Amino acid sequence: MADVAIPRAKPQMSEASAWTQLKHNRNWLGFWFMVPAMAFLIFFLAYPLGLGIWLSFTDTRIGRVGHFIGTENYEWLWDDSIFWLSVFNTLLYTFVASALKFAVGLYLALLLNEHMPFKAMLRAMVLIPFIVPTVLSALAFWWIFDSQFSIISWSLKHLGLISQNINFLGDTTWARICVIFANIWRGVPFVAITLLAGLQTVSPSLYEAATLDGATRWQNFRYITYPLLTPIIAVVMTFSVLFTFTDFQLIWAMTRGGPVNATHLMATLSYQRAIIAGQLGEGAAISSAMIPFLLAAIMVSWFGLQRRKWQQGESND
Amino acid sequence: MTDLPTSRIDLKAVLHGSAPTVAKDDHSEGMSYLQSVPRRLVTLYLPLAIIVVVLLFPFYWMALTSVKPDEQLLDLDKYNPFWTWNPTFKHFHKLLFESYYPYWLWNTMYVAICATVLSIIASVFAAYAIVRLRYKGANLVGGLIFLAYLVPPSILFIPLATVVYQYGLFDSPLALILTYPTILIPFSTWLLMGYFKTIPFELEECALIDGASRWQILIKIVVPLAIPGLISAFIFCFTLCWNEFIYALTFLQSTSNKTVPVAIVNEFVDGDIYRWGSLMAGALAGSLPLVILYAFFVEHYVSAMTGAVKE
Repeated sequence: MADVAIPRAKPQMSEASAWTQLKHNRNWLGFWFMVPAMAFLIFFLAYPLGLGIWLSFTDTRIGRVGHFIGTENYEWLWDDSIFWLSVFNTLLYTFVASALKFAVGLYLALLLNEHMPFKAMLRAMVLIPFIVPTVLSALAFWWIFDSQFSIISWSLKHLGLISQNINFLGDTTWARICVIFANIWRGVPFVAITLLAGLQTVSPSLYEAATLDGATRWQNFRYITYPLLTPIIAVVMTFSVLFTFTDFQLIWAMTRGGPVNATHLMATLSYQRAIIAGQLGEGAAISSAMIPFLLAAIMVSWFGLQRRKWQQGESND
Repeated sequence: MTDLPTSRIDLKAVLHGSAPTVAKDDHSEGMSYLQSVPRRLVTLYLPLAIIVVVLLFPFYWMALTSVKPDEQLLDLDKYNPFWTWNPTFKHFHKLLFESYYPYWLWNTMYVAICATVLSIIASVFAAYAIVRLRYKGANLVGGLIFLAYLVPPSILFIPLATVVYQYGLFDSPLALILTYPTILIPFSTWLLMGYFKTIPFELEECALIDGASRWQILIKIVVPLAIPGLISAFIFCFTLCWNEFIYALTFLQSTSNKTVPVAIVNEFVDGDIYRWGSLMAGALAGSLPLVILYAFFVEHYVSAMTGAVKE
């Protein structure tokens, strides 16, 4: 059999035409397989990303082609107190919401990791806020925080704690607290379930050994759980920070940036300036101004991850 | 990126509480006997109950509001606000027969399914090529796709609006079907790359020796073996589409073309003081399909979610 097969195979090898090259060469095949995904990402992601930065240097409006005006949009924003207010709001929102999401999420993950009845059902229920579309749950919060018919005001009044309805979304401080609360409410399940996944890889024998050595519960957490969990915490928190920073829909459904711009984030302000007011150039400048912050967040997590490689038993290069 | 501990996670175990095999192979009770019942009550059940109640209360409130008669909605002193004895389906009736709600529901579903199917097809090819063809620069492309995952829609919607307008797609569902994959492809490619990596090389080598082409290998061997991964990617992408707001808000204009989230925020919020019932009914009806889907595929959801942060 062998002496028959070999002569047949040889001519095929030498006849590798351009067409078979295209069909069988690893690199060309890879290229063909990548075409659909790449087409989407180039036309609707990479190109608009570049276009957005270009638009921020023009005076484009809706329905009118813009001209290059240099950094005028940015100079304009530099003197715009509403823009700086939105930057402040965004940083406050991101920082407070992410920190609390992390704290509550980690706590919830630790609780869910305990042995108890109805465990699977509880875990499934916890994730529901993450499944329901943000806008729709934001509407529920809008109703819960209604100035006249808020169930919270009603309950507090009947408990005798307050005498007047709280103007939840009409007062600047309360409005900020409310949107941050709604954001935490939605983010906690994601953080908790992903951290829970990480927790389950920690072997209980580590805790048993530590407890025999006299470690307290806090020491168990601080010196076993936390170090083993840091890599996954880094990833989860990067995502959390990124999506909180660029949040739009929650704010838009609950306050639309009001009262007196107290809850305007950079994303909502750019929507208002670009689409509602029609100043595409200025809106693009606001959203481009988010990029440095996002890069900073990505870098922090990237280097955070690099540092932790040794914990997986890999070489620390 | 780097290998994280999640890659060793048994996903079923995450939900069902049976700790992964590494953790408890001796079937021991662990150290739980060290805690007395009252102590567990205070440190575990009480905080857990509070958190779960807070997490689920908005849904209870949404559901209750959507079946309350109008006069009970606004009179908190005469009726107990936490319950109603005479539920009404008036708000749902209004929603279904006196508004565009069925259209919006249909639009949302149509856009979500089309965008998801397109993205999954593109992602299967891309993930297979990156993981198994290992062409020149595959790792670099993998990294770039991960970076694409980190580009948020809120910095893309302004330039995309001009692009959509130039292509003549403004106010058409096609605008959403073509732009949603930019959110979905990076996510599902990374998820599927993880699944494809677990399929043994030997299977493909056997098929190659038997004369199968790469295309046949992909369709007849790799894809059938990665079905759980595909389901995860599919339902997660579907949820992301359903949830998407800013593109739909920017690219769609006419009332009958809108998707549920956008339409509810824009069309139902009028001056009517009695709007709350139908608003909550709309929010509930818009969430239910996803919650039902979730109830059937809980494990796949969790695997998609932990898969998203895995690599």
